[in-house]
Amino acid sequence: MDLDELYQEVILDHYKNPRGAGLREPYEGESHQVNPTCGDEITLRVHVEGGEVADVSYDHTGCSISKASASVLFELVKGASVDDARARFEEFSALMSSKGLGEADEDTLEDAVAFQGVSKYPMRVKCALLGWMALKDALIRAEASVPTPGGAE
Amino acid sequence: MAAAPQSHDSAGVGAGKLDVEAIRADFPILERKIGDRPLAYLDSAATSQKPVQVTEAMRRFTEHSNANISRSVHTLGSEATAAYEGARAAVAAFIGAPSADEVVFTKNSTEAINLMAYAFQNSTIERGSDPRFVLRPGDEIVVTEMEHHANLVPWQQLCERTGATLRWIGITDAGRLDLEQVEEVINERTKAVSFVHVSNLLGTVNPTERIVARAREVGAIVGIDASQSVPHLPVDVAELGVDFAAFTGHKMLGPTGIGMLWAKAELLDAMPPFLSGGSMIATVTMERTTFAKAPAKFEAGTPPVVEAVGLAAAVDYLRALGMDNIRAHEKELAGYMLEGLESVAGLTVIGPRVPIGRGATVSFTFEDVHPHDVGQVLDSEGIAVRVGHHCAKPTCVRFGVAATTRASAYVYTTTDEIDRLVSSLEKVRKVFA
Repeated sequence: MDLDELYQEVILDHYKNPRGAGLREPYEGESHQVNPTCGDEITLRVHVEGGEVADVSYDHTGCSISKASASVLFELVKGASVDDARARFEEFSALMSSKGLGEADEDTLEDAVAFQGVSKYPMRVKCALLGWMALKDALIRAEASVPTPGGAE
Repeated sequence: MAAAPQSHDSAGVGAGKLDVEAIRADFPILERKIGDRPLAYLDSAATSQKPVQVTEAMRRFTEHSNANISRSVHTLGSEATAAYEGARAAVAAFIGAPSADEVVFTKNSTEAINLMAYAFQNSTIERGSDPRFVLRPGDEIVVTEMEHHANLVPWQQLCERTGATLRWIGITDAGRLDLEQVEEVINERTKAVSFVHVSNLLGTVNPTERIVARAREVGAIVGIDASQSVPHLPVDVAELGVDFAAFTGHKMLGPTGIGMLWAKAELLDAMPPFLSGGSMIATVTMERTTFAKAPAKFEAGTPPVVEAVGLAAAVDYLRALGMDNIRAHEKELAGYMLEGLESVAGLTVIGPRVPIGRGATVSFTFEDVHPHDVGQVLDSEGIAVRVGHHCAKPTCVRFGVAATTRASAYVYTTTDEIDRLVSSLEKVRKVFA
């Protein structure tokens, strides 16, 4: 097995220097997700303002893959429109279920393309998706509490 | 046909040791390569590997004698029945049970423990039940803080449904049961005590005497989750003085799909059935059913016949090695593993740090590196360990960790494999430093 393929430098960098970590106010949607197989957990909040994800904040315990994934998520989604955030979720999920065959678009996924190698390791795909599942859920909750003008569905 | 292994007593490498190289030759999987590295299988606490004697016995049965048991008069049917009941007798003899009829085959340990828990639940609902199994609000069930979820959740559920209270014996910082609590936690309100004999996470071998004696004193039914003890130590249920024991085939060189509940005949008689249907009845009309005697009463449906055949071969294999020799071998490996792991800077053993009163299952944390990452890097070196909460979340919480990396040894484990584990941790450090 090629460890470097899984633990890309970009991933290790996000793991060691997580962007946007910590829980912040204000927020409209919060989600808590658990990976029951390993006990990893994340609490993730979204602050939605005018159809835009003004902030994503999170607190988690987990492995390098899940931590790096949340950090990459923060960079991709903060400041994006809710529509774009959802589109990134779909794109990243598709990449993760590609079993290593997906072609990541660096223009839209930026650092997240480094996770392409992770999709070859079924035991680790859940780690990479944990934060993203929380994002999806938090956006739904935010929408339920504050309808986002012009955003979504 | 592969023969049973030679007895590995003083004629082997040394008194109390196993001829590990000869044993390894019986386990083809140990020759596997992971990438370009030889496999070092250090995950026997999750499931053991199976020797050719087991797979061969199962293949032979399937190709030669396969039939459903009990109700057939044809030759294959009687061969299959004899093989299945022979396996029951082999297990009974292996654990010192006074009668083969006290051994109930289940799917696994989890089902065996559920069978016990449901005996309480069903007795509580039904009229005319044995009062020892009837629970009322105020009654208590006792477990420990180091249970596998298999010996926690069924009792938790039972308490939720009946209004009984779940209590537990805590763990000391050294990873031992806090036996000072025994007299208080087990008291006149206690109806059942079910505790883990050997912890799957900490590796601790729990002393049974004080808990069993206290349970007797208060008239509670007492049993053990022996999933991690029967494969590794001599276990004699009569000597332990317990009422029931649950364990599983796949951790003792046997196949998956077969577990065992041993319980005293008198208790099995008093317990209502768990699963119902075919094979467990005496007579059936459209209105009502009477039940067969134990063990049949608890074995509804076609049981795991070929699995029982494999299990019997596994029991033969273990007996030939000698459980005392296995214990001595693992005690040596536990000491070797602890010494090696503790020499690694930044590594913390979770559980007893001395090879006394513990098995060769060692959990640890390493720096701030998540166990998933530790396990992944070790896998790249061909080393198979278990990572996560090991189905013992409350134990993890007790030690303030979300997860651990766990290495566990068995009859085929070598010191060389442990050396590889220890040296590969430096590679983990390099990747995540």
